[in-house]
Amino acid sequence: MAEPNTRPLHDPYQLPAQGSYFKRLARSGAPLNLLYAPALVLFVVFIFYPFLRGVQISFTNWDGYNQDFKWIGVSNYARMLDDPDMATVFKNTFVYGIGSTILQNVIGLLYALLLHTNIRLRGVARTVIYLPVIISALIMGYIWYFFFQYDGGAINDILLLFRDQPSNLLGDPKANVWVITFVNTFQYLGIAMVLFLAGLQSIPKEYYEAATIDGAGPIARFFRVTWPLLAPSFTVSMVLNLIGGLKLFDVITAMTNSGPGYASASLSTMMYLLYFGREDAGYAAAIGVLMFVLISVVSISALILLRRREVTS
Amino acid sequence: MTVRSKTLWLALAAALICLLHLLPFYILITTSFKASGDLSSKWVMPGYLYLDNFVNAWREARLPVAFRNNIIVTALSVLLIVLTGSVAAYPLARRQTGWNKFMYALFVSALIVPPLTILVPLYKYMVDIGGMNTYWGIVLLHVTFNLPMTIFLYTGFIGTIPRDLDEASMIDGADRLGLFYRILLPLLKPITATVVILTGVAVWNDYQFSVFFLQKQELRTFTVALSSFFGSYTNEIGWVAAGSLIGALPMVAVYLFLQRYFITGLSSGAVKG
Repeated sequence: MAEPNTRPLHDPYQLPAQGSYFKRLARSGAPLNLLYAPALVLFVVFIFYPFLRGVQISFTNWDGYNQDFKWIGVSNYARMLDDPDMATVFKNTFVYGIGSTILQNVIGLLYALLLHTNIRLRGVARTVIYLPVIISALIMGYIWYFFFQYDGGAINDILLLFRDQPSNLLGDPKANVWVITFVNTFQYLGIAMVLFLAGLQSIPKEYYEAATIDGAGPIARFFRVTWPLLAPSFTVSMVLNLIGGLKLFDVITAMTNSGPGYASASLSTMMYLLYFGREDAGYAAAIGVLMFVLISVVSISALILLRRREVTS
Repeated sequence: MTVRSKTLWLALAAALICLLHLLPFYILITTSFKASGDLSSKWVMPGYLYLDNFVNAWREARLPVAFRNNIIVTALSVLLIVLTGSVAAYPLARRQTGWNKFMYALFVSALIVPPLTILVPLYKYMVDIGGMNTYWGIVLLHVTFNLPMTIFLYTGFIGTIPRDLDEASMIDGADRLGLFYRILLPLLKPITATVVILTGVAVWNDYQFSVFFLQKQELRTFTVALSSFFGSYTNEIGWVAAGSLIGALPMVAVYLFLQRYFITGLSSGAVKG
């Protein structure tokens, strides 16, 4: 047998070919494919076509409004290499993507391990930790803004008890990227936690019992049993968080609006500012294409690498 | 350390984590109930009842209109997502020809494409086809970009329903479409609940699409309304806090009532994939 998921040997759908062309077509089940036609139309109209147009626009100096524009070849892409703002944007995007992925998975795993035990407050803690996931990222950004704002922010109220100067965390180009990474982590670490909890629940108790009989302590049990068997949850969680972090938009808009200057901009917010703020549509489209390539390459290679270490239990 | 004291410490850690995670909401509440002249710290709960922030936010940010738009856009989007997604998954799960396997890969691979990467062409395109500032424009965008996840979930779920069931009813004379509606559709209830919740939350909270495609004031959803409100009243932090609190409440209420579905939905969908 070729694949486990193929049709059975005596397939009732595959009746002998006879009758007119239309009858045969109907019997083959091909008209059934019409059921995904609406979805396919939407994909072509709102994803494939705009994507190709985007590639096309990225080779022009279009300003977003004017009818006449010139083909300028790869100039927009070459421009990125010399643009000092883009260097910052790339660095920020990687901090948002990789920084929050690491933080969310480490903290999410620790929380899952804690809340997998049979303790009080287990249910409440899960509910509370997951809560921000269902709240708009824009609103969570505002809520954290009340903490980090310069004038009367909740964090400065505490800092001022110990020193004279408030700290301007959101205005500091070195700090605000990490503040935003922290806020994004806080919001979505519930997803990592839930994925790890589901993974932990799927590990048979007998494995731990067997490991204990073989003399494995808690640390050995974690690295020999839990860690390898959590690999599937880990894969999904890593890839979801990577995509989420690399395309970050709402939180940045809410907390710093990419500022000061472009100091906290990501590829998404930079593209938005270039298009609507500086009427630099060709350049913005080129950033979009690059972002597409970057996110595809990063998430697909992460998927392949992580899948490789999954074991079947 | 005895087992008892160990669980006690762990419970203490869990309590601490809960408190830490509730802090932002505590600050949100103190800020939104504080009078604008009150310069006390955000950590201090105001000792009086003051609702003007809510009244002002409700009126100035035009939240009633925003909520109406949210309800219309979310309801239409989710309905269309479920309809197009469930029927599309049926041939992809049951008729696995080489072509259909390719189509499935194509649909699902769009999961990793962030919609924002095609913002520039999409914006121009929406202007050209007259989809700007319309319900249908934003709804079709939401449907398209939520379909990959939906098709992924439905195809996976239909794959777990035994084929014997199809065969039995085929022998009873049902044609394949009738089969889908009468036999399969009722069985799809659990996965439909998951899809409704996942896509409903995503559409309800959306900002990155709505801010571009719903710019007219009468059509703004609450995230767009709040962000323009925040832009004009940066100094009235109490109003912004009250607006944020009102904006967050509906989803929090739904979440607290349907928690179980939220969490099982997410993990069943993701881990099996």
